[in-house]
Amino acid sequence: MFKIIKQLTSLVAMFAVLFAFSTETMAAKKSKTLENTKKRGFVRCGVSQGLPGFSNADESGNWTGIDVDVCRAVAAATLGDATKVKFTPLSAKERFTALTSGEIDILSRNTTWTLSRDADIGLTFVGVNFYDGQGFMVRKGSGIASTSEFKNGTSVCTNLGTTTELNMRDFFDSRGISYEPVVFEKADEVVAAYDAGRCDTYTTDKSGLAAQRTKLSAPNDHVVLPETISKEPLGPVVRQGDSVWEDIVRWSLNTMIEAEEYGVNSSNADMMKTSNNPAIKRLVGAEGELGAAFGLDNDWNLRIIKQVGNYGESYKRNIADTGILPDRGPNELWTKGGILYVPPAR
Amino acid sequence: MNNILKKFIPQILAILFVILIFGFLTMNAQTNMDNRGIDFGFGFLSQESSFDVQFSLIEYSGSDSYARAFLVGLLNTLLVSFISIIICTILGVIIGVARLSSNYLIKNAAAWYVEFFRNIPLLLQIFFWYYAALRALPLPEKANAWFGVTYMTVKGYYIPAMVWENLNVFLYCGLAAIIAIIVLKNYANNLRDTQGKQIPVFIYSIGLLIVLPLLSFLFGGVSLGFELPELKKLSKISYIYEGGISLPPELIALVLALSLYTSTFVAECVRAGIEGVSKGQKEAAASVGLTPNQVLKLVIMPQALRIIIPPTTNQYLNLTKNSSLAAAIAYPDLVLVFAGTALMQTGKAIEIVSITMLTYLTISLTIAAVMNWYNKKIEIKEK
Repeated sequence: MFKIIKQLTSLVAMFAVLFAFSTETMAAKKSKTLENTKKRGFVRCGVSQGLPGFSNADESGNWTGIDVDVCRAVAAATLGDATKVKFTPLSAKERFTALTSGEIDILSRNTTWTLSRDADIGLTFVGVNFYDGQGFMVRKGSGIASTSEFKNGTSVCTNLGTTTELNMRDFFDSRGISYEPVVFEKADEVVAAYDAGRCDTYTTDKSGLAAQRTKLSAPNDHVVLPETISKEPLGPVVRQGDSVWEDIVRWSLNTMIEAEEYGVNSSNADMMKTSNNPAIKRLVGAEGELGAAFGLDNDWNLRIIKQVGNYGESYKRNIADTGILPDRGPNELWTKGGILYVPPAR
Repeated sequence: MNNILKKFIPQILAILFVILIFGFLTMNAQTNMDNRGIDFGFGFLSQESSFDVQFSLIEYSGSDSYARAFLVGLLNTLLVSFISIIICTILGVIIGVARLSSNYLIKNAAAWYVEFFRNIPLLLQIFFWYYAALRALPLPEKANAWFGVTYMTVKGYYIPAMVWENLNVFLYCGLAAIIAIIVLKNYANNLRDTQGKQIPVFIYSIGLLIVLPLLSFLFGGVSLGFELPELKKLSKISYIYEGGISLPPELIALVLALSLYTSTFVAECVRAGIEGVSKGQKEAAASVGLTPNQVLKLVIMPQALRIIIPPTTNQYLNLTKNSSLAAAIAYPDLVLVFAGTALMQTGKAIEIVSITMLTYLTISLTIAAVMNWYNKKIEIKEK
């Protein structure tokens, strides 16, 4: 009998522990994510499994790309060191579950901002770091110069679990063309299948096409068609429910874009502290108490600019200089004819 | 009193513990989902799926519901499992018997086959067939015709489609043949038991199966035509076959890998079954004057099957569950279509994963039930 009581008490104790755990995660007035990040000493960031220009690891495991830079900016702002990021490569299928389950704290993985994703599944999009649109790539020799030349029976390779699958259906359905979707989980598998002639065309975001083209056996034998069939604003995502963390990520990205607008970059940021323009002084932490709003010190934005650089530097380093998309197109500042426009930091 | 208490309290506690765990998990999931603003519900199943699927046994388009997309995935899983189970059984029996052959070459070839295919991870075999073997196939315009009318290409295997007229008459004739065979078999058994006469039931059965459906062609107005695949130009350098039936390379690779891999295990079950029947049985049967064929059919096989069936059931279950590796090579099975695309588009992770798990459980339990029924049927009936 005594044994049974002993078992019972240990059972109750175990449940007490488990329940305590679950109630703890409920309270979130301050930023729990920020606290945990500081305790852990690194930012947990979900990225792609390898998309040159956006998030790609070299042989020694160093991640680069404009999506990677968003996470680095957050690490610079919160921990003071842009290298303190742990990257988790995720497939399109895994990405949202990894974020909502708390495995990562930022998802910066060329993810399209849509209504249902933002409102329905416990995610919050904090901004746009790349304006993209879906396109098609075909073999040059096919003579196809426009999407209007696709015929019934065309086989189309693409990725699983993306808006691409939906846009593709809208596109072919509205034109009454029957097609064969061949859907792979990993981008590398799509490239391999298209390269082998399994598919007549490869569709995904145009930036993705430009990047993946470099992985084909003969990149110059392929061409991206001019038409864009969808709007794909790509940006970082956080979990719903921690609005302070959401603000930190949003304003880390905004800081990079605004820094470019005011001509502040990684090499001149320190000198800008003595600038005559109050907006610039706020941007490098020499005026105002902007960091306090997130529970950060006043140099948070200066560190982002110094360690990661402004948006223009990041774009040049990752996308333009690597030959993926030398022309910035819509991803140019609003002052220079593009649509990059962020609210003022004040 | 004390004894009863000792007996029941731990069991009641164990049950309570399980209920509490489930209750806690449900509550925990509920609170966490509420906190993160995720709704729980199965309403999405009736919503429009708005994505297409490469290959489907039923009519399906993006304007159909998620429930129908689920059905498409389920049928594709059942299709690949069904074909693979049949092929792996045939191959397994042949290889298993071959391993017991007295011919040195046949025996060793079979042993090598088993050791080779069962010792390489299944996923690698799937990748091999899909990425290495099938990728080496020619493009549609360069493909040579196999048997004159079928084309094996990198885009799939194109075969002629059958165009039936009055198919139902043909099917009724087939059904009539099967009923006739059952009646004949009962009559033959009766004759054997009462008068000791034997009729060659097997030969008559084959005759019935061929003659009756053939008669339907002559008198029932049934006709069978073939629609041949024809090369069609999509652009300057890309072609495709139109008409006929196209078997996607993903399906072929998956069936090859699953059936070759599982056949090795079935072969071992068959070998174990036959070796499990003692030699004395065979000698005794021969000594009462049975022919070698009768010895195998009446003495060895009934006893061997009892040993073969239970482990083979396991292999069928494994094969069905392994078919979920399809997602790796873009074959639109339940996991790819429903637990993949549908899950991504709706974000209903808990709902979709539980439906998928329950579905696999149901398929497996059904296979197990059928095999257990068969096992019961061939069991020793003690009188």
